[in-house]
Amino acid sequence: MSGAETGTLVQAPATRAEVCAVAVAESYRGDGELIASAFGTVPAIGVRLARATFEPDLVLSDGEAYGVRGTWAVGGPAEGPIESWMSFNQIFNLVWNGKRHIMMIPSQLDAHGNSNISVIGEHAKPKVQLLGVRGAPGNSVYHPTGYWVPAHSTRVFVPAVDMVSGVGHDNAAKAGPAASRYHDLREVVTNLAVLDYAPDGRLRLKSVHPGVTVDEVVDATGFDLVIDGDVQETRRPDGEELRLIREVIDPRGLRNAEMRDGEVVA
Amino acid sequence: MAQMRDKRRSLDEAVAGIESGMTIGLGGWGSRRKPMALVRALLRTDVTDLTVVGFLGPDLGLLISAGKVKRAYYGFVSLDSKPFYDPWFAKARTEGTIESREMDEGMVKAGLQAAAARLPFMPIRAGLGSSVPEFWGEELKTVESPYPAADGRTETLLAMPALELDAALVHLDIADEHGNAAYTGVDPYFDDLHLMSARQRILSADKIVSTEELVGSVPQQALLVNRMMVDTVSEAANGAHFTFAGGYGRDEAFQRHYAASAKDPEAWKTFAETYLSGDEADYQAAVARFTQEQKEQQA
Repeated sequence: MSGAETGTLVQAPATRAEVCAVAVAESYRGDGELIASAFGTVPAIGVRLARATFEPDLVLSDGEAYGVRGTWAVGGPAEGPIESWMSFNQIFNLVWNGKRHIMMIPSQLDAHGNSNISVIGEHAKPKVQLLGVRGAPGNSVYHPTGYWVPAHSTRVFVPAVDMVSGVGHDNAAKAGPAASRYHDLREVVTNLAVLDYAPDGRLRLKSVHPGVTVDEVVDATGFDLVIDGDVQETRRPDGEELRLIREVIDPRGLRNAEMRDGEVVA
Repeated sequence: MAQMRDKRRSLDEAVAGIESGMTIGLGGWGSRRKPMALVRALLRTDVTDLTVVGFLGPDLGLLISAGKVKRAYYGFVSLDSKPFYDPWFAKARTEGTIESREMDEGMVKAGLQAAAARLPFMPIRAGLGSSVPEFWGEELKTVESPYPAADGRTETLLAMPALELDAALVHLDIADEHGNAAYTGVDPYFDDLHLMSARQRILSADKIVSTEELVGSVPQQALLVNRMMVDTVSEAANGAHFTFAGGYGRDEAFQRHYAASAKDPEAWKTFAETYLSGDEADYQAAVARFTQEQKEQQA
């Protein structure tokens, strides 16, 4: 679809970051009324884009304690009108109730969707201390969980994570029905591709972004991705999506700072 | 007629009952409405070997800087703004000098709820399938539901043990002399649960006013804490500094100064001498000088 009818700004071809933002939005399609939590700039753009277009019932937080309506720019305070109060205590209740779809940024992710955000090295005496597991163990067994990887590499996509913060399919199955009942891993969006899961629970290459080859993704992944049949190309943003991203949601172009490869693709 | 108890104490008196080896809960969240004046009071004591519980940030970092922490129970440790990672916590972890009982954030809430309700545990899904139970060893067990699910399968959940506290330290925005207290910011965090899980319940507040003024100054729903939850009340203006509270924002410049100083022994020596060698009034005066210097540098 051409963006020509909405003015000169959106006539420029889409960048990689814009393709990624739309891929994030797509991963929220069909979610309806739940909290769309997104870490990182591109995911923050993606959930706002999804709500402004095809998922109007998504709930977005100001990152502090309020649900906020409207569509506002990334990089500053939430500017929409407040619609609800969601203290941290209430957020845990909503997590446990399943009313959330989160996209986290893993330091490591393995073939079964186990993620690590806590430490690099041995847990008792780590080489690098990150933030700790935060809400990852709970998120991953209570509600839909996806991941955003801004720099797809073998450092992130590893054969085995140093510790399991977010629970993958193999470990959820091992821990029994209480762990697997609401376990619902969603797409992994990276700067190169969109991944989902094969029926056996392993990560599968779903689509490559325009300008990216399957080999590039395979080379940047530290384990064998499932590749079955034709790998699609990630869909390009349409004119209205480009207008929203460029004029409303990210007029300062912060999306490009998160991407090493901001090149024009379409 | 007998009078209701006046629970007002100095900061130093408030923490005087905390002994080495105790388990203490710290209210607030990350770098948000932390009981920093009470933590600074603890730094002035010779207490060591503390076990610290909470949603932690620079409160834990400062206690580690003074060698007071043996073990920590936490869902995360964050400064909430750059550089995000608390450098004292990172140093203690990478050098293996504190024991970690890391858990899902929701498990902290569940453990405090269990203790507050005087239950031995709270069943929870969070933690199942993750590495968390591995580094808790025998301390974290599962519990099987006596009620099969509709599909006939039986759920085995984590039995989050009660996080019973010897003492809880929390900071609210406004209180009366009896321990009724309110928050005026956007979030109560879990301060009520901390207090109800503890034997010694220690509250500081930016200001202490009459009960009538307290109740008249906030919506009723903000009266998070009542006097049955509190043993001592200390007035500490700016007492959450450099974290934020209802009446003031986080002192980002000072927090960056804290984090940068922690990375270098010489810089930390200067920081500790400047800010942590006197009482709370000395601290606040030194912070005021820091802020003035920042302004002058920008001008």
